[in-house]
Amino acid sequence: MFGGFGGAGFPNNLIQALAAKGTKDITAISNNCGTRDGELGVMFKNGQVRHVIASFPGPHSNYFQEQLAAKKVTLELVPQGILCERMRAAAAGLCAFYTTVGVGTEVAAGKDERVIDGKRCILEMPIHADYALIKAEAADELGNLTYRLAARNFNPIMAMAATTTIVEVEEIVPVGAIKPEHVVTPAIFVHRIVQAKGVRYAG
Amino acid sequence: MPDKPRLTREQIAQRAALELPSGAYVNLGWGIPNLIADYLPKNVEVYFHSENGILGMGRRARPGEEDYDLVDAMKVPVTLIPGASFFHQADAHLMTRGGHLDVAVLGGFQVSEKGDLANWKIPGAKGSGGIGGAMDIAAGAKKLIVCMEHTTKEGAPKVVRQCTYPLTGLACVDTIVTDLAVIDVKPEGLLLREIAPGWSIDELQNLTGAPLTSPGRAPEIKFV
Repeated sequence: MFGGFGGAGFPNNLIQALAAKGTKDITAISNNCGTRDGELGVMFKNGQVRHVIASFPGPHSNYFQEQLAAKKVTLELVPQGILCERMRAAAAGLCAFYTTVGVGTEVAAGKDERVIDGKRCILEMPIHADYALIKAEAADELGNLTYRLAARNFNPIMAMAATTTIVEVEEIVPVGAIKPEHVVTPAIFVHRIVQAKGVRYAG
Repeated sequence: MPDKPRLTREQIAQRAALELPSGAYVNLGWGIPNLIADYLPKNVEVYFHSENGILGMGRRARPGEEDYDLVDAMKVPVTLIPGASFFHQADAHLMTRGGHLDVAVLGGFQVSEKGDLANWKIPGAKGSGGIGGAMDIAAGAKKLIVCMEHTTKEGAPKVVRQCTYPLTGLACVDTIVTDLAVIDVKPEGLLLREIAPGWSIDELQNLTGAPLTSPGRAPEIKFV
């Protein structure tokens, strides 16, 4: 899992490190598929990703689109809110859920359908990840996290849905420096903290 | 096609803006809907929702004011109004899906007479396409307005009996605002509410793929 939306809240230093490490055959779960070289783009440029679960690959995800056209990567498109809820279901220990979203569309193909309370619904399964790479503004030394403005987006959700969550932060502060009522992601969900200056890719 | 003036994209947005009641929580989609914020009547105050986790989104940021951690769903730097709040993407879509937003306005490729919407993929287009938040919004908005041109560039109707493009949602559209008409989707079919100045109902019907009904003479589209 890779956090971020619209250029904000991407763990760009962690992505660059993963690109440098050269890990292959990754299943990437993310809203987008990169902005040219930026964000997840470099992972597709390097051919490190085998399968994608995403909601909106994006108009500038050219390396992903090339890989998709060459059948070097496969794609499951998921409605954005359902992507969130499938991750939350995994985080919450739920086995599946029914939703009206996507009924009668391509995303309903092959999914169990039933009528609940008079409405057609389809069954959606949880999405769990081995690793979540996320971006926060600050972490205390326990891993309690705060986020800046709308850079929060997918990050708190992904933090909860992975076996190992690695967070990139601008600042690591002492335990107690973040007021308990200001913590957005509690430390129980965070396993590794990396301090790095945020990088943004234009476009 | 009759060579008569149609509404511009800005005028479609201006007309759709009149559908937003004061105090409403509103989500604006890509394309024409994104222009609506510029045309709100002076006495109307609404709260804009963005799927990346903002309520109370204000105008676009001016040069020098941009903060790239504060962007809308189209990656454009924006500002906040007093009383704004942030939340994560799951809660943002809980709002869209759960019927918490009063009005959502989306762009469209096709709308059927039953209110089915197709707006995320053109058949045969290159690349993966992308759904984004459209299916969640279509499934859950209390009132869904679609803004689009009445016909394709080739002149084919976009208001149709049955969508042929990949669907976004079934029976979800309440009102269609085009460059030629304002149409309400009713259980009994499409009800013509207003028509572009200078156009006759027959001319409009010829460019519409499903039957329109109208109580007598449809008034011209109003902007105020």
